[in-house]
Order: sequence, then structure tokens, then C-alpha cells
Amino acid sequence: MAFRASHLLGIEHLHPTEITTLLDLADRYAEDNRLGRPHRDVLEGLTQINMFFENSTRTQASFEIAGKRLGADVMNMAMQASSIKKGETLIDTALSLNAMRPDLLVVRHPNSGAVDLLAQKVNCAVLNAGDGKHEHPTQALLDALTIRRAKGRLHRLSIAICGDVAHSRVARSNIMLLGKMENRVRLVGPPTLLPSGIEHFGVEVFHDMREGLKDVDVVMMLRLQKERMDGGFIPSEREYFHRYGLDAEKLSYAKDDAIVMHPGPMNRGVEIDGTIADDINRSVIQEQVEMGVAVRMAAMDLLARNLRAKRGAKAAGVMV
Amino acid sequence: MRILFENAQLIDPEAGTQTLGSLMVEDGFIVDGGGAADQTIDCRGKCLAPGIVDIGVKVSEPGERHKESFASAGRAAVAGGITTIVTRPDTIPSIDTPETLEFVERRASTDAAVNVLPMAALTKERAGREMTEIGFLMDAGAVAFTDCDRVVTDTKVFSRALTYAKSCGALVIGHVQEPILSKGAAVTSGKFASLRGLPGVSPMAERMGLDRDIALLEMTGAAYHIDQITTSRALPALERAKANGLDITAGVGIHHLTLNELDVADYRTFFKLKPPLRSEEDRLTVVDAVATGLIDIISSMHTPQDEESKRLPFEEAASGAVALETLLPAALRLVHAGHLDLPQLFRALAFNPAKRLGLSCGRLAVGAPADLVLFDPDASLKLDRFKLKSKSKNTPFDGAMLQGKVIATYVGGVNKTESLTDA
Repeated sequence: MAFRASHLLGIEHLHPTEITTLLDLADRYAEDNRLGRPHRDVLEGLTQINMFFENSTRTQASFEIAGKRLGADVMNMAMQASSIKKGETLIDTALSLNAMRPDLLVVRHPNSGAVDLLAQKVNCAVLNAGDGKHEHPTQALLDALTIRRAKGRLHRLSIAICGDVAHSRVARSNIMLLGKMENRVRLVGPPTLLPSGIEHFGVEVFHDMREGLKDVDVVMMLRLQKERMDGGFIPSEREYFHRYGLDAEKLSYAKDDAIVMHPGPMNRGVEIDGTIADDINRSVIQEQVEMGVAVRMAAMDLLARNLRAKRGAKAAGVMV
Repeated sequence: MRILFENAQLIDPEAGTQTLGSLMVEDGFIVDGGGAADQTIDCRGKCLAPGIVDIGVKVSEPGERHKESFASAGRAAVAGGITTIVTRPDTIPSIDTPETLEFVERRASTDAAVNVLPMAALTKERAGREMTEIGFLMDAGAVAFTDCDRVVTDTKVFSRALTYAKSCGALVIGHVQEPILSKGAAVTSGKFASLRGLPGVSPMAERMGLDRDIALLEMTGAAYHIDQITTSRALPALERAKANGLDITAGVGIHHLTLNELDVADYRTFFKLKPPLRSEEDRLTVVDAVATGLIDIISSMHTPQDEESKRLPFEEAASGAVALETLLPAALRLVHAGHLDLPQLFRALAFNPAKRLGLSCGRLAVGAPADLVLFDPDASLKLDRFKLKSKSKNTPFDGAMLQGKVIATYVGGVNKTESLTDA
């Protein structure tokens, strides 16, 4: 089965073979990127709009580079600065943009479900670049590609996701993707930072970091938002680092060849020790950033193929 | 004018019976059956029950007439077999003075096709700081006092208001919810909330709110009705309070009896309610509590919202659903599923709410007003929200199959279904 979706809104509705199709293509793009071989014909003549209702530097840059390497005309819109301030609703913004006939719409929004809502109102392919605490599918896909390249496979691995799972869309997408690919997922963190009902997610839950990391293949750290640090969810930054920060001692409980991941941006000394983050034998954090571009190229390539097929069929008067 | 309803399945919630028979109405009241009739209505074996008394209907007048007016709410009520609507004071401005209450009564009496009984706010501007003129408002016709979905957080203010209300013989209606724990919540916490990344509230917040209010009732002895009990955790506390002889009753909205949290699916904002939809286990326990009578009253919790306030990301969308027209067909799902029989259903829809407000309707007894609904419990219909009589179309039942159809609604012996179609 090929990749059938017309949008990339989340991991939830993707089939395992669709994930594999996408990762295979991304792998090829990753190699070509290293060889400095762009593919400017893939999205030639297509317009990509990056609509970020929430601040982002790296994700937006990654999508922009991915689009440009494939030859799309890329435009960035900083939505905080524009019409939202003037009271325009999300749907009106979407309808106005839709009228400009973009082909690919990359959206980040602070509300869960906002990207789904927007996708219902436009005729182009929509990519979710993160919605509230819901999903961040390209992050999960780039993590999966990184794991697959480092470990040689993406199944039957033991993976610990550590830290602020409750507020993390990255964690949700990763739990779903890694579960679909038949891995054992562990969640490690203080109970105040784990979402309710987590026991029904098909994961193992640990409140003790050392127990949670025991014999895992992959340690995936999550970013702890500054505003959650002081007394609200955890007592203090230093207590958090002491109990849940990744350092060499805690990492020693994982397998000897376990890799360390972080979606960035990192808080060194809060959730991760700087020397671990920089250890080229363990940390694949830079590779994650590199794979981000490749995965986004693959996602846009596949969606554009489906979009062109749909438009072609429409032009030929065929019902799809 | 004597009208004889014959060949009807008479649903008598007071006696708890359902029998084939006839009912005589004279000059707007139910009378003894003997003697000749001026008009005979053949009910063809369909059900004749006391008209529904719906506590907690939001008519968006004054303030947001584009969402619902007394005229449109009245038409919707007639279509839904509701003969008395008890309106909420959470309008713009709030109904918190005798003057605003009189405006409501004036509008209602000229525009609405059914009986309208207004409630007034318990505190000024529903702000939870100072109590309203409860005495004056009662003189002006307020049947109960409520700040609707706002909890009076200051327990001193609330206990004084309860004490004062008791001295006036006023009924207070409250919303039980721990306001700080439930702050910002859009759904019930749990697996679904976490999957969708939506802020959730623990069902325990309802229990905590109820526990507080029960303590204040023990202190003040006031007459108190809870607008909605939606979780199983709250039921033992309610049961104890009733056993201890407190003057307490409880209601539940129709959506919490017929839908659960999973119906929200992919962020469908028409399913965003306050309190949020609960788990299926909670729903079933609450349905059971209605059957046993622990929960006394079923309401529509009719809350009109325009398209604009619903076409937003889930967290930002407005809460509430319209339900005047779907209340009876949706409630009949509980009958068809075997949870309740028809007399039990109308005990919760008509008899108990009328009794709680001291009204003489809600019964099929001689001397009661002839507020009646004639309906076919089996007729099916696929709901099209744009055919609703309400000005707002925010129903979660759009496209759903509903079984049960109102044939005619009589208010004071007058067929309002007919007169509205004629007009």
C-alpha cells in the first residue's frame, strides 16, 4: 500500500505501511541531501505557505528548506503579527488563503485540533507542524527515521520517552508511531507531568528514572517548558534535574549502545546534561535535525503526488 | 368547550401507569370523563402524556436575540412537546432586577407559544458578590434563583444567599463544580482528553462541588436543586444528602444521558458542553440514577449558540447545545434501550420538575391544566439541523436517527402545533 492520505494531520490515522513508505523516501532524500543533490523538479510550480500561529525557528526553517530543495515557491507567514490580531477567525483566515490557491499549507497552531479544522476548509494539502498538545507528526517521523538509521530497524525496540509528556505533542505522536511499529514504549516522568488516562495508551509508566531507563535502546528526552518549572508542576528546576535530568549516571542504566534523542530546543542542565547532549557516541540530536528536512521533503513530495493525481482526475472528469 | 381525547395510551407519571383510555378536557383543564364532548380527538393508540416542564432553558433575549428569541424558543418547545419552559437568567444583561424580569415576562407573554416561567440570578450580575433582591424578584414572578453555570465561590456570600432564600421560601438552583480544578477544561480528563491533547477536568470536581453545597445546605436548610449531576462519583453523596432529609433534588441534561465523551471525536464543537460529556460508565450510572429516582429531573439544558461561536478550535468554541426539539426523541432512546419505561420518563420530564416548582401541571389528574403532549414513540426520523425551529442550529444530533415524534402539543387545552402551522 502506498501513501494515500491527502493531508498529514497526525500519526493517529496513518497506516504502518504508509509510515514505512514515507520513511523509505525520506531515507533517499537524506542521502541526496548529504551529496548536495537537490530535486527542484519535485514541487516545481507549487506554492507552499508556512503559517505559524506560534513561534518556531527550527521547524519553520526546516519546512522552508525542505520546500526549497524540492523547488516549491515558499512563503512564510508570521500569523501572530497579522490578521489574528485584527480579530479574524481561523476559518476566515483559511478561506482567504485558500482563495490564493496554495498547494501545500504548513500550519502550527496553539490549539489542539485547530489544524484539522483548517484542513476541512481548504482544497490544498495541509501539513500539521504542531497543534496544541495534540500532534506533531513530522517530528515523530523524523525521530523514527533517526532511530531506524541508528538501530537498523524500527520494531521490537525498547524506547523510553522522558519528561513532560502531559504538555507534549511530540510525545503523543511518538507514542502512537512507535506503538504502531510494534515497539515497547516506556514513559518516564513525575506523575504531574504525565497525562491522565495514560495507563490506557499501551505504554509502561515509570516515575523512577533509573528503573525507567533500564535496558532501553533509545532514550528520548522532552523539553520542559520554562513556565511549568516553578512550583506548578514540579517543585524546582534543580530538583527536576536531580530526579529526571539525563546525566551519565542515569544513562548507564540503559543499554550500552542506547542512543539519546531530544526534539530541541534543549534546556541544558534542566532535562539533559550538556556533556551527554554533545557526546557524539550517544547523542543523535544533530542527526534528528538533519532528518527533519528529509522527512519533510518526503511528506510534501507524497502529498503533492496525491494532490496532483486528484487534480488530474478532476480535470479528466473522473470521480475520486 | 369540552374536548375528549380517546383511544390514547395515557402516560400517568404520578400513578406510574400506562393504560389505553380517554381523557376529558374542559376550558383548559383536565376534568372527570363523564358527559358529552364538543370535540373528540382520536389519538389512534398513540401516547398522551403531561407536557414537558423544562428547567434551565436559555432564551437569548435580552442581548442575543439572533441566537434565540421567545418566539423561536416557543415554536421549538411546541415542536418538542414542551409546554412550560423555565428560563435561565444568564442573558446579557443578567436577569437580576425586577425590571429586567418584567421585560422577560412581557416578551414571553406576547411572543411565546408555551408557558414561560423565568428564573432570576442569585447574585447581582451573576458575579457571586451580592445577592439579588430575592423578595422583589419573587413578587415579580421568579420561580427559582440561579447563577447558572457560575459557581458562587465565596462561601460566605453563598451561605447568606441560601439563608435569605430560605426565609423567602425561594428555590435555589446551583451548578456543582469545583471551579479551580475545572478551570480551563474543555473535556473530561482521561484517555480521550489526553489523546486529543485537550485540557480536561477530573470528574471529581463535580463531587467536590456537591460536597461543599451539601454542607452549606445542612447549615442553612435551604431548598436546593442541582442543575446537572453527570458523574457516578457524585451519586453516593447525593443519596446520603437525600436520606438525611435535606431539601435537595437533582437534574441532568439530556445530552449527558445519551452521549459520551467519545462523541466529540475529531474536535466536534457541537458536542462541547458544560460540564463536558463524560465516560460511558458515568453515563450508564447516571441513567440508572434517573430510573431509580435518585436523579429527579431531566432537562434539555437548551443553550443556543450561533455558528460563529462554534466554528472555532475546540478549546475556544462556546459550550452548549440546543435541545428543545430533540429532548423527547433523545430521551425516548432510554425507553427503547430498556433503561426506563414511559411513566418513569415523564416523571423526570414533567411530574418532578412541576412538583419541585410548585406547579399544578405535570400530571394527568383532574384539575390539572391541560398541558399535554401527544406523541408516537416509534416513528423514526433522521434529524436535519437546518429544519430545527430554534434560531440556532447547534445540535449534536444532526444526521442522527431519532425514534419518537411529537404529533401535537396542547397548552391549556389548545393545540399549539396546529395553530403554529396555520400561522
